[in-house]
Amino acid sequence: MKYGIVVNTGPYTHQASDSAYNFTAAALGKGHEVFRVFFYHDGVNNGTRLGVPPQDDRNLPEKWSALAEKHRLDLVVCVAAAQRRGVLDADEAKRHGKSADNIAPGFRISGLGQLIEAGIEADRLVVFGD
Amino acid sequence: MIKKFMYLNRKAPYGTIYALESLEVVLIGAAFDQDVSLAFVDDGVYQLAKDQNTDAIGMKNFSPTYKALGDYEVNKIYVDSASLEERGLTVDDLMPLTYEDEDDDWAEKPSIRVVESAELAALMEEQDVILSF
Repeated sequence: MKYGIVVNTGPYTHQASDSAYNFTAAALGKGHEVFRVFFYHDGVNNGTRLGVPPQDDRNLPEKWSALAEKHRLDLVVCVAAAQRRGVLDADEAKRHGKSADNIAPGFRISGLGQLIEAGIEADRLVVFGD
Repeated sequence: MIKKFMYLNRKAPYGTIYALESLEVVLIGAAFDQDVSLAFVDDGVYQLAKDQNTDAIGMKNFSPTYKALGDYEVNKIYVDSASLEERGLTVDDLMPLTYEDEDDDWAEKPSIRVVESAELAALMEEQDVILSF
């Protein structure tokens, strides 16, 4: 099965991004393909590397980054949603005159067309978060 | 490959960003030539309310954008009858969204159709992708 994953909530406030991570890791572990994970709404906050959760808690952005590196997973953060919420890569930061970027390794910023494409290409598009 | 995409809108236009960011997906998605429909259920029916005025809350009134959907060939807009009724609304309280039917000499036709829950359920059953906002 080829899955597309959509994550609509940020880490920690809602369990949805944990569930999305666990689903994605399990699907890959079972040999399924994950075409793309698309982060929208507050879900873009999964893509910042500047979060510092307590040491005895999980660090979701780091977990996503590690999963992406292991499986060459495509983690896409919506550019419009990310700009609103201050999730920037180096190019975006430069373009908008911001002093820093915060995108986590393995994530890339792109447009909503990537979400539609995931819906077209995947056998199942699974949405996490409200 | 053409798939059936339904955008399901369940939340009021303001108070959360979901309605606005749903509309952004619909507009971008229109470029992909898929079979697109929109459904408005629960407080989502307020997204289509006429004469929205956001001056007092300091937010952008994005409701005029819905009127452009017809130009993007997004012309299947389903509104849940029970959700309207529960809120004391009728179709006359909604913006009169229209499109020009190229198969009928570009006649202007209404895009909004009020449907019973059972019909909406049947429409959902037909979809390949449902994005709920």
